[in-house]
Amino acid sequence: MSADAPFFEWLCRLGDNTLVLGHRVSEWCGRGPALEEDIALANISLDLIGQTQMWLTLAGEVENAGRSADDLAMLRDAWDFRNALLVEQPNGDFGRTMMRQFLFDHFHLLQLQTLADSADQRVADIAAKAVKEVTYHVERSTEVVIALGDGTEESHSRMQAALDWAWPYVGELFASDAIDVQIAERGIAPLPDTLRVAYDQRVTSALTKATLTVPEGRFAHSGGKSGFRHSEHLGHMLTQMQWLQRAYPGAQW
Amino acid sequence: MSNPSNEWPLWEVFIRGQHGLSHRHVGSLHAPDAEMAILNARDVYTRRNEGVSIWVVPAAEITASSPSKKGPLYEPSHSKVYRHPTFFDIPDEVGAM
Repeated sequence: MSADAPFFEWLCRLGDNTLVLGHRVSEWCGRGPALEEDIALANISLDLIGQTQMWLTLAGEVENAGRSADDLAMLRDAWDFRNALLVEQPNGDFGRTMMRQFLFDHFHLLQLQTLADSADQRVADIAAKAVKEVTYHVERSTEVVIALGDGTEESHSRMQAALDWAWPYVGELFASDAIDVQIAERGIAPLPDTLRVAYDQRVTSALTKATLTVPEGRFAHSGGKSGFRHSEHLGHMLTQMQWLQRAYPGAQW
Repeated sequence: MSNPSNEWPLWEVFIRGQHGLSHRHVGSLHAPDAEMAILNARDVYTRRNEGVSIWVVPAAEITASSPSKKGPLYEPSHSKVYRHPTFFDIPDEVGAM
């Protein structure tokens, strides 16, 4: 049995968010709408995968069962992943990808900023490194969402459609469960729902500039961070991401 | 084919590699506006720690000398070696100039 199961579970949530989103963004490599956007997306993807390396390495140490970050990333199946549903959703068009990124980035930055004060020094150190990268991600995705939302008739309607589609996945990022409560009691991280007010302010301010309308509904899909019910898309993504380790077990770079 | 008038404008990018050095031209890129040009320059040209400061300039705003005038523009200085301060001995203590 694991030495500290709730902490391990919580670290997988962080590492799986960055792993799954990092892989999704990497799917744009070589297909970006412009050379500059292509490179920017690849950089963001690499930042996220680099953060994954740190979170899942720590998760492996906490679990104390000899699993490395690579083992956790490449040898778990969909039901063991703990990422939020938002990040596993397919890229769609460029507008949808950037809207998903924008909605996640603002949550991610708030989360990392609070983790800098974590009672666990290892968590605080990783957060301090990642926060600089994510500050840039926020700046970039916000600029693009504003430019496309307040752009042409077509770009505006695509961005509004992207927002309407992504919005029901936002609530899960802030839903607190028993593991979050334990982690908060130990001073490792605050409850996610305490970040929601600041999130809504920042996101609404940018979306207003983008002339986009935040959907009124508060319905939220759930089941990703608990692992209870991922969408079908995660399994398809993992077959792409993990095929080499599955086909050639133990293959080294 | 794409219509050139729908393309983002071209920007020339200048990067300062270290404090104290001047900005150097490193290349160009496309971007819809100046802010995005800075972000794109950061992503395209500073991935390997190349810079501490970025300038972007709309390429259309640059006035360039004409290659066909290089005779009258540059050749007169070829014969004026006395303009090069190579006749002075510079003490070692001065260091790089």
